[in-house]
Amino acid sequence: MDLSFTARNVLIGASLLGLTGGVLGCFAVLRRQSLLGDALAHAALPGICVGYLLTHSKEPAPLFAGALVAGLIGSMTIQLIIRNSRIKQDTAIGMVLSVFFGVGIVLLTYIQKLPLGNQSGLDHFLFGQAATLLPRDIRIMGVMAVVVVLVTTLLFKELKLLCFDRDFADATGQPTRWLEFLLTTLLVVVVVVGLQTVGVVLIVATLITPAAAARQWTERLGVMLVLAALIGGGSGAVGALLSASVPNLPTGPVIVLCASAVLIVSLLVAPRRGLVWAFLEERRVTRRIRRENLLKDLYTWGERNNGRWTDPVPATFIMGLRGQSGTQLTQTAGRLRSRGLLTPVADGMLLTDRGLSAAEGVVRKHRLWELYLTRRLELPSDHVHRDAETMEHALTEEDVAALEKVLGHPQADPHGRPIPPRRAA
Amino acid sequence: MPGEPMNEDPNPLPVSAIEVHDLTVAYRTQPVLWDIDLKLPEGQLIAIVGPNGAGKSTLLKAILGLVKPVTGWVRVFDAPYAQRRSWVGYVPQRESVDWDFPTNALDVVTMGLYGRLGWLRRPGRRERETALSCLEQVGIRDLAGRQISQLSGGQQQRVFLARALAQQARLYLMDEPFAGVDATTERAILTLLNELKREGRTVVAVHHDLQTVAEYFDHVVLLNMRLVAAGPVREVFTPENLHKTYGGRLTVLTQATESLLRSRAADPAKHQYRGGKR
Repeated sequence: MDLSFTARNVLIGASLLGLTGGVLGCFAVLRRQSLLGDALAHAALPGICVGYLLTHSKEPAPLFAGALVAGLIGSMTIQLIIRNSRIKQDTAIGMVLSVFFGVGIVLLTYIQKLPLGNQSGLDHFLFGQAATLLPRDIRIMGVMAVVVVLVTTLLFKELKLLCFDRDFADATGQPTRWLEFLLTTLLVVVVVVGLQTVGVVLIVATLITPAAAARQWTERLGVMLVLAALIGGGSGAVGALLSASVPNLPTGPVIVLCASAVLIVSLLVAPRRGLVWAFLEERRVTRRIRRENLLKDLYTWGERNNGRWTDPVPATFIMGLRGQSGTQLTQTAGRLRSRGLLTPVADGMLLTDRGLSAAEGVVRKHRLWELYLTRRLELPSDHVHRDAETMEHALTEEDVAALEKVLGHPQADPHGRPIPPRRAA
Repeated sequence: MPGEPMNEDPNPLPVSAIEVHDLTVAYRTQPVLWDIDLKLPEGQLIAIVGPNGAGKSTLLKAILGLVKPVTGWVRVFDAPYAQRRSWVGYVPQRESVDWDFPTNALDVVTMGLYGRLGWLRRPGRRERETALSCLEQVGIRDLAGRQISQLSGGQQQRVFLARALAQQARLYLMDEPFAGVDATTERAILTLLNELKREGRTVVAVHHDLQTVAEYFDHVVLLNMRLVAAGPVREVFTPENLHKTYGGRLTVLTQATESLLRSRAADPAKHQYRGGKR
């Protein structure tokens, strides 16, 4: 793609910012300080205004300096409030955020009315104006990214311990306060540098969205950091390209929307943590339970039929046995059939050899558990069936072996019905 | 390696594992510990017992320098804690951390070796072997790679114990190691404590089950904001002392302490104990 000079600047800048924010955001999220970045960003606004008022210029140096100082004052104010009052962290963050931002907006309005002529553009810090990025800004972002990656790599184990168990870190002599100060300072710097691109209101999203998305996919901190950097950097790049190629798309918000799209997908489909995964897992278990119940019902019918499992079980017997719909029953029977455990016959069904063996497995679990409860926990035999209905689907083969051993390889359950023996494989 | 007996020279004079003098700790104006004087012997299993809010965890944290006392000092093997860090292992309360943290059991145990490793050095194969052998000692070596949120409560407690073992300490401070664990884990922890004792190490554990104090421990500290009694279980763990610990509210003491702390609040720095000076 042929990019203009500005668009290339924005692309590089947004990627670097996203990468850095993603890495630092991981620590913020894991330390439950997701909103600290938000407070720092809002607190930086009055600093920018004061920087401008003192110099009457929009040179980045005084504006950055003002934002940096105000951001640090904001974070120190939060710490002071928490330490010296009964106000909790979330409330302290909310207070600092709104008070500083209020002051910032008042100053911004005041500045707009001044007869200076060069103040237009300061309000870009509210929502960001990536197109104003200069090569100089890109160099700052580059240095910042290198510093953050370097610090995270060198102090990986120290930062991990700090985030996981601060007291233990403290007790083993880690300089926890210094490490916390380092993390907060880096956070302030990233927020301040990112204001020009993404703006005060949305910068927090570049911190926590990639981190939250990355967490969905891994159980290792190192991987999470790399993923968050990739998601952040990638969203920055895609957002910059989109806003460069489609007219009238604001860069900052589009970057945030890209990261949010990744987050939404991650929340839905990530293995183990995703909602779709959880739904599929639940459906898988429900289906297995239905299959096992049908096997068991067919087995007990044959048992009552004097142990003649070769006779087909009439559909009328199975229907309505467990209050399930005919469709569900047909589906369950179909799944057993495709596994070769069941043969449908006219007006009924028949267990195959393998089906009978599988059914015996379920019944064995059920009856062993009933026996265990009556013998070991001394529950009356009419109280154990419901519990066994659950456990028959949960017990593993090792559990069964342990139960058989503990109970001395019993022949019959508490109701006197035989416990099907294991067949030689 | 953990588990080996220590080959250090025996001290020429009997030194207390922990000596606490005139220790008072408060959270804001709420007094938690009041004027504690305590000497704990080396090589024993020691229980800290008392009702909820008696300051048991706070006493451990004050020994570890995690909370600043209003007055008083603590010495560990006759030196300030900061100089004895590498001699002390710590097992915090299980609920004190977020078990959904992205890490596995082996990694948590390896954290016990960070203090020894020092800055910039990454844990390597040797650290991995040590951590695995510590997991082995608590009987869950096969769970080394498991994400910590997938562990049961008892297994999480074992991971914390293994992390403390990795610290290869002479003195172990444990905050409710038996809390909320299954019977098997309880037996396993008890066996481990006795092994540590056999190796000449000292264990100080906050304990909440009065039924098992006499069976599990040699020495007991009865605490209810103030020190009620401390000494060998046989001498100190009496119905009378237990009544003093659990019965009767210390209303006057609480009230007086609050007044005192309010009057000092103007200049807390003046009254704070700093560093290892005496």
